[in-house]
Amino acid sequence: MADPMRIRAALAGDETTVRVLMAHIMEPGTRRDAAGALIPAHFIQDVDASHNGKSVLKAMWTGAVSQNPFLSFKFKGAAKGDKVVVKWVDNKRDTRTDEATIA
Amino acid sequence: MRSSEAIRLAILAGALSAAAAASAQGTTAEGIAKYREMLQDGNPADLFDMKGEELWKQKRGPKAATLERCDLGKGPGVLAGAFTELPRFFADTGKVMDLETRLIHCMVTIQGFNESDLYKAAPSIGRGEGANLVAMTTYLATQSRGMRFNLPQNRPEEKNMYEVGKRLFFQRAGPHDFSCSSCHGVEGGRIRLQDLPLLTKNPGDGVGFAAWPAYRVSNGQMWTMQKRLNDCYRQQRFPEPKFGSDVTIALGVYMGVNAKGAVSAVPTIKR
Repeated sequence: MADPMRIRAALAGDETTVRVLMAHIMEPGTRRDAAGALIPAHFIQDVDASHNGKSVLKAMWTGAVSQNPFLSFKFKGAAKGDKVVVKWVDNKRDTRTDEATIA
Repeated sequence: MRSSEAIRLAILAGALSAAAAASAQGTTAEGIAKYREMLQDGNPADLFDMKGEELWKQKRGPKAATLERCDLGKGPGVLAGAFTELPRFFADTGKVMDLETRLIHCMVTIQGFNESDLYKAAPSIGRGEGANLVAMTTYLATQSRGMRFNLPQNRPEEKNMYEVGKRLFFQRAGPHDFSCSSCHGVEGGRIRLQDLPLLTKNPGDGVGFAAWPAYRVSNGQMWTMQKRLNDCYRQQRFPEPKFGSDVTIALGVYMGVNAKGAVSAVPTIKR
C-alpha cells in the first residue's frame, strides 16, 4: 500500500494555497540497474485535487517528475474548515487519497 | 608604457579579479541558501517522519508490541529532548549508545526482533527493515526539533568515548592520508560550493551535527548520522565502519558534545 501524503491548505485573503508532498518512487523507466537491465517505470500519472467535490486541479504526470514529489497550487472560492481532497493514480493503477482541512 | 606603471596595472587587475571572485562566491552561497529555503517548505523528510510515527505506534515483531515504552535516555516513552542528549550511557546495556543503536535495542528487547538481522538490514537505508529504521530515527529525532544539544558527560564511559572520538577525528590514514579534521578542522572550509562545518567546536544552530538526519535531494534518500559517518569514511577512502560500531558512536559523542548549545534543525534538507 502506498504511504500517506502530507497535505497543508491555508487560506489567505480569497486564495487558498495547497501544498502536497507525495511519497512515491517515481521511477522513470529509462534507468538501468547494476546488471544493465531496465528498471521498470513506476510513476504517478494522474493527480486530482478537489474542494467540496468539485475538481480544482487535474494534472497528468510522467516519469520526469522527481521522487517524492512536492506540488503547490492556489485556488479561489474556499472557506476555512473546508476539506481539500487529493488523489493520485500511478501507472500500476496503485492509488492513494488523502484530505486536509483548510486552515 | 613604463614598467612600474605596467606592474601597478597588473596589481590592480589582480585585486579586481579577486574581488569579483569573492562576490561571486557570496552570491552563490546566497543562491544556495535561497534554494534550501524554498525546498524546506516541501521537505520530503516529513514523509519519513510520518511513516516513522506510524511504525513507532504499531504493534510489530514476534512479540507484537509497540515501541512506546522504549527508554531513549529520559525515561520510558519520553521522546522530547531525548535525541539532543544522545549518544549517552545506558545502565541497562552498560554501553554508550546513539539513537539508532538504542532504537535497535528497543526493537530487540520490546518487540523480539533478532538483533543481528537488524544490524544486517540497517545499512540498506532504502528497503526492508533498514528503511523502517531510517523512518523511525527521523521521527524520533524530529521530536527534539528546536531543542539545544546537551550531551551528558558525567559518566567515565561518556568521557572515554569523547576522547576516543577526538583521536579518531584527528587520525590521519588511508591512501590519501586524510582525517576528518582535514576538511572539518578548518574555519570557512568548503568542497566546491559546499560549505564545510567546523566540527571541533559548535558550528552554529542547525549546522553539522545539528543537521542530521537529513533528506538528500540529489538521490532522494533520507540519511541518518550513521549513514553520514559511513559515507565520510568512504569519501576518505577508509574502510567503511560497521553500522553502530564504537567508532561511529565515539565520533557522535565528540561532535555532539562539541555542538553543545546548537539548536537541532532536524529533519533538514540537503542538495
